[in-house]
Amino acid sequence: MTPVNDDIEALKNRISSGETTARAVVESSVDAAEKLNEPLNAFLQIDRNGAMTRAEEIDKSLWSQNGDGTSVPALAGIPVAIKDNICVRGMQTSCGSRILGDYHPPYNATVIDRLLAAGAVLVGKTNCDEFAMGSSNENSAFGPVKNPWDTSRVPGGSSGGSAAAVAAGIVPIALGSDTGGSVRQPAALCGVVGLKPTYGRNSRYGLVAFASSLDQVGIFGRNTKDVARVLGIVSGRDTHDATTAAVPVPNYTAGLTNDANDLKGARIGFPRSLFGDGLDTEVRASVEAVVDVYRDLGAEVVDVELPNAKYSIAVYYIIATAEASSNLARFDGARYGYRAKDAPELRQMYRKTREEGFGAEVKRRIMLGTYVLSAGYYEAYYGKAQQVRSLLKEDFSKAFESCDAIITPTSPTPAFLIGEKSDDPLAMYLNDIYTVTANLAGIPGISVPCGLSSNRLPIGFQLLGAYWSEPTLFKLAHAYEMARPFTERPPICVDN
Amino acid sequence: MPITETDVEKIAHLAHMEITPEELKIFAPQMADIVAYVEQLNEVAIANVEPSLGGLTPEGKATDSARDDVATPSLGQELALAEAPEAAAGHFRVPKVL
Repeated sequence: MTPVNDDIEALKNRISSGETTARAVVESSVDAAEKLNEPLNAFLQIDRNGAMTRAEEIDKSLWSQNGDGTSVPALAGIPVAIKDNICVRGMQTSCGSRILGDYHPPYNATVIDRLLAAGAVLVGKTNCDEFAMGSSNENSAFGPVKNPWDTSRVPGGSSGGSAAAVAAGIVPIALGSDTGGSVRQPAALCGVVGLKPTYGRNSRYGLVAFASSLDQVGIFGRNTKDVARVLGIVSGRDTHDATTAAVPVPNYTAGLTNDANDLKGARIGFPRSLFGDGLDTEVRASVEAVVDVYRDLGAEVVDVELPNAKYSIAVYYIIATAEASSNLARFDGARYGYRAKDAPELRQMYRKTREEGFGAEVKRRIMLGTYVLSAGYYEAYYGKAQQVRSLLKEDFSKAFESCDAIITPTSPTPAFLIGEKSDDPLAMYLNDIYTVTANLAGIPGISVPCGLSSNRLPIGFQLLGAYWSEPTLFKLAHAYEMARPFTERPPICVDN
Repeated sequence: MPITETDVEKIAHLAHMEITPEELKIFAPQMADIVAYVEQLNEVAIANVEPSLGGLTPEGKATDSARDDVATPSLGQELALAEAPEAAAGHFRVPKVL
């Protein structure tokens, strides 16, 4: 009994009809999480007891409804994994860092409250790059996650544990966070769907802050429809996060039917200049083949220009590090988390705690952020980066006048080897070239699997849309999935 | 202007982080590389361009404001102190300040 082949609606219906039980589904998920954690290291905590207790409660409440299926919550009994930088009461939240260690937050993130209200069962917390800073998961203080397609390779990052857990069939849905591609890039490298919503779509309350103007909670799933369903549950205005927008939450799954593949009238933007230097030839061919599929489905493909996209990595690594240096000032050993021993005086306690508690990449970013914000440099770096960010937003506004969505690769290469880039931070940052633009502009982006490389590593393409255009992205992504279903499974998977 | 080891020491001090001599040797050239890379922004014409600050979307900007000043339930002292490395008499306890 594994959830690997159902979509979540079918799985929920099988649970609510009594064909199976939440207990059986959740038990198989927890079993798989435990069994596959040795090869994958995808979970930092697996909450067998909590998950089983909750699954039994859900079964009881379903039975007491006497088969009245209409009132069954949308995710009743569905196992979900949560990135370890999203607060869940009763579980740890380490952010992949020694400085939080086994910190247990006293409250739930808003997205967690909403998942629970919909009947989801949380099976555990997933491994990630420390404070979500990284593109490979090698920056976790608790060891890297391995890619289920090839355990000598990275799963991408920073939400690598969530991506690997979905790819390996452990859970059908996982939450991550996406500050510069941390959901979309691991989704591409692991062969699953990953969404970064419009900035302000999902609440950040309870998501441990990395770069507040870029962070969004994102969703992993095995198909677009599952991701759309979960977005409809977790998104919307939250008074605990002033940056959530009062934009109505539509029915995101409306129209995502099995025959929904007629794209007449749709316009796909093709930014030719982003398909040049540095792009792996197999990735390019694969994404160009997706463009042909869209043409065959009736969409019009139009050329678009994003002249300032080439500056996006530079802009991103100024803004993200500046905001991180400010946000991570709270980790000082005073109120929660790790405190260095034997510091005789307060400032020494701060300094030793942060030296011992943070890993190298987090230190590097805090220091870069401190530098670009420091007296005399603020205008030259942070001020200028925010201005170039405005130019990038204008590029997208103009592009979306002539198209409904822009297609790009998600990652310039398939999964690389563990250790391959870990000594060269700048080379690692350049992995994010296709994804950081969406965070800088605040627009939504989705990564969808589009095949395997010659050495059987997943390749993903990305669709970017205007603000609040998630329904359009879902429609386009779903139509592609119907035309070219991605049915391959990795060697490390529940079924194997 | 290249970043030197002296600069990195000063930055670490500002960021309240100790830094070992080994880390200094690694971080200084890496940070110099990254700063040299981001300086490509100098070639962009940005006169009269407004910086992107605030909620990014027009709809997000509309809600990005202070709430009404009304008391609502909060964690309370006991829960707020529950994860403290050291707590005493209802307070966070830290090493001496002076």
